[in-house]
Amino acid sequence: MARIIVVTSGKGGVGKTTTSAAIAMGLAKKGHKTAVIDFDVGLRNLDLIMGCERRVVYDFVNVINGEATLNQALIRDKNCNQLYILPASQTRDKDALSQEGVGKILDELRKEFKYIVCDSPAGIEKGAHLAMYYADDAFIVTNPEVSSVRDSDRMLGILSSKSRRAELNEEPIKEYLLLSRYSPDRVKLGEMLSVEDVQDILSLHLLGVIPESKSVLNASNSGMPVILDEKSDAGQAYADIVDRYLGEDRPHRFIDEDKGFFRKLFGGK
Amino acid sequence: MSTNSKKKPNSTPALEFKSSNFSVPVLALSGDDLITIEQQLIEKASLAPDFFKNLPVVIDLQASNKLNCVIDIAELTAVIKKAGLLPIGIRGGNAQQNKQALELLIPVYSVNSAAITDEPQKQQAPVPTPEIETRDTSTMLITQPIRSGQRIYATGDLIIMSQVSSGAEIMAEGNIHVYNTLRGRASAGIQGNKDARIFCFDLQAELISVAGNYKVSEDIDASIRNKPVQIYLQNQALIIQDLLQHH
Repeated sequence: MARIIVVTSGKGGVGKTTTSAAIAMGLAKKGHKTAVIDFDVGLRNLDLIMGCERRVVYDFVNVINGEATLNQALIRDKNCNQLYILPASQTRDKDALSQEGVGKILDELRKEFKYIVCDSPAGIEKGAHLAMYYADDAFIVTNPEVSSVRDSDRMLGILSSKSRRAELNEEPIKEYLLLSRYSPDRVKLGEMLSVEDVQDILSLHLLGVIPESKSVLNASNSGMPVILDEKSDAGQAYADIVDRYLGEDRPHRFIDEDKGFFRKLFGGK
Repeated sequence: MSTNSKKKPNSTPALEFKSSNFSVPVLALSGDDLITIEQQLIEKASLAPDFFKNLPVVIDLQASNKLNCVIDIAELTAVIKKAGLLPIGIRGGNAQQNKQALELLIPVYSVNSAAITDEPQKQQAPVPTPEIETRDTSTMLITQPIRSGQRIYATGDLIIMSQVSSGAEIMAEGNIHVYNTLRGRASAGIQGNKDARIFCFDLQAELISVAGNYKVSEDIDASIRNKPVQIYLQNQALIIQDLLQHH
């Protein structure tokens, strides 16, 4: 049975697209056939992060309008043949999406794919609403600061009241917390909320902490999802997250300050 | 006794004038045929004898005087008393009627002193509290977190087993219980029930209110924050009491 995952946050710039790209790649590399959809019509970015911007012919809106078939619009990833990308239209706006149109495309994708990752736009308006409406699971991407946490909380309220599952009174969407751009040093200085603070406010299952990392920017610039950078801390964090989502037991990392390789090796404090 | 009180001029006063509001039915007359008035009064009173027995009424003569009806106050009050009601005042009478009323020791009220509520009240009178009886006052139970931006309204009591986030709003006509952290806004007794209370495990609320008396976060003393509390009204003041601190 296919699962539809929405990656959402309410707030902009917290790492939704980075996360969508990394998670989709992670799932695909585990052998699951995965599609990732850019719902940010008019401000598309996913194609850049995935490094397929030069191969976009048809987009999401073309498929909704019947101007192209789904197979024509889906772009196969160059690094992983189990991963497909459905880019957003850059020349249209969110009004080009309709609930029925999105539902039809997702139904079609469900037949072929194991996981469908929906990269939500920021905000709580139409685009974000449609991205989460059909979801089975929600990845709430939050930065450790109060405004991001509040926006995430608002989005959680919308997930639990305005989604298809809520409207049909089905089992609610499974919600997972992804704390991104986390910096233990700044938490210690009191400049950032700690993992405990955020969990206390949101009371949500923590799927993983992604450390603030240069590798994320490098990955974006080179069009390679950061999870492919296996040496980087952020890449490892996303790999852990994918494993945990798939039910494997992975201890949390990147929450405490880096103790240094040698101190760890010799059992220092 | 009187000599006693003279000796002690500073003793506590035996009486005190206080202001208080009463809701008194007004009997508006639109004719001067006392026989018809008597008949209709007795007819009405028989519909709810318990309600009308010794019911104080203010006689309203505005309408009848506009129609130039001639009503004798002495005769009218006799008719009303016969129906089992107690006239306690008149309003809208002409000079002669007012003089007559005072002679009968019946106070004269000015028409403008009170907001005039129209007849329907009298028709509802046989069932004095219909609203309360028909309203669903059952308890609303919520086990999910109340997230920022969500609003909950309960016509009776409201029980929330999970947290209430900042930016959320919970309202109840009765009491509110939050068996978790309360960070949002909570208003109990929202239709004016001053006996309503708010209970929560951990007070971090943005605003708390009972029957319209509110405190914002800034006015909540730090000593009772992050604690299990109950919040209630006492002499118009909102009291926040630590539930774990005895007395």
